[in-house]
Amino acid sequence: MNKIFLIIASILLVSCGNQTQKDASEDTDEPLLVSTSDKAEKESPIPVYDFDGLEQALLTKNNDTTYVVNFWATWCKPCVKELPYFEQLGANYSEEKLKVILVSIDFPENLHTRLIPYIEEHKLTSEVVLLDDSDANTWINKVSEEWQGSIPATLIYKNDKRAFFEKSFSYSELEKEVKSIL
Amino acid sequence: MKNKQLLLLVSICLMGTMALVGFKAGNTENYTAGLTIGDVAAEINLLNVDGNMVSYSDYPNADGFIVIFTCNTCPYAVASEDRIIALDEEFKDKGYPVIAINPNNPDVQPDDTFELMQQKASAKGFTFPYLYDETNTVYAQYGATKTPHVYLLKNEDDGRVVKYIGAIDDNVRNAGAVKDRFLANAVNELIAGKEVTVKETKAIGCSVKQ
Repeated sequence: MNKIFLIIASILLVSCGNQTQKDASEDTDEPLLVSTSDKAEKESPIPVYDFDGLEQALLTKNNDTTYVVNFWATWCKPCVKELPYFEQLGANYSEEKLKVILVSIDFPENLHTRLIPYIEEHKLTSEVVLLDDSDANTWINKVSEEWQGSIPATLIYKNDKRAFFEKSFSYSELEKEVKSIL
Repeated sequence: MKNKQLLLLVSICLMGTMALVGFKAGNTENYTAGLTIGDVAAEINLLNVDGNMVSYSDYPNADGFIVIFTCNTCPYAVASEDRIIALDEEFKDKGYPVIAINPNNPDVQPDDTFELMQQKASAKGFTFPYLYDETNTVYAQYGATKTPHVYLLKNEDDGRVVKYIGAIDDNVRNAGAVKDRFLANAVNELIAGKEVTVKETKAIGCSVKQ
């Protein structure tokens, strides 16, 4: 009997202890870190690339998959207007070898205040990455020599076949261009 | 007779081919037709936020113009505002005043009405004209595709010749981290009587709203 009482008391005490800790952490600005391995995810739930990193990771695949890479930002009205079409494309072609990648050029300091909330609020299912590279004069041309630098802009590629569009898309226009590469 | 007809036919074919080649060379598929380096910019007559009309010829002492297409709310334009004001201060008295033009159609982009342009110019203390284009055509004449987008003009015998196109500097988002002041370098080269070495650069900006 005493042992059980002791166990219950211990559990209660430990719970109270945890409660105090939790309150303390809520008072501070520091996120509650669960473990070192989770730390990276809590600091950035989506990949953040400089251009070379982005290029290596996502723009030079050679595997028969058609990549639809859209450059956008949460503050860009025509960009957010066409995002549903890219989401729809990904959903409609989920059985095909097609992948939609949404490359945000939101300001990096707004990653947690604007971009992540936007992704969550709109339940985006396409892969979203953040491009953090201020040397745009260099990387704009690496995406396409035709690109004058405005967004939205979309790169569609499969192996060596590439097409670049500095414009807004309707769903049917987007699908038409994808089909010619798919 | 037959020879003459043949000659005429061949001439027509040749002219047709040349016209076609000329047309193709002048227009790349995705680039808006507009001014390129070496082209002459037409005169403008646009409404300034102070209610007066502004033309290049209102500046008889200018050696050229720093024409910047910019708007009220694009984050890249906003991030550039202080630098645009600084450029006007740096170069106005050296012969190259800034002329800012808003390329957006307020029917499409309500943030860019004339009234809001006036508020912006007043709040930021713009020292240069901030012009409204009622015709919605000037941006297309230049080939401006985004804000901000710069065209540096130099007065020459032929007219106002385009000497530099593109970005203000190499870091649109962060003035404090700029390493290369592309536009300022170009203006300084012109002032020194030299040719501009880096004639075109690129930067991210918001698409023109039309």
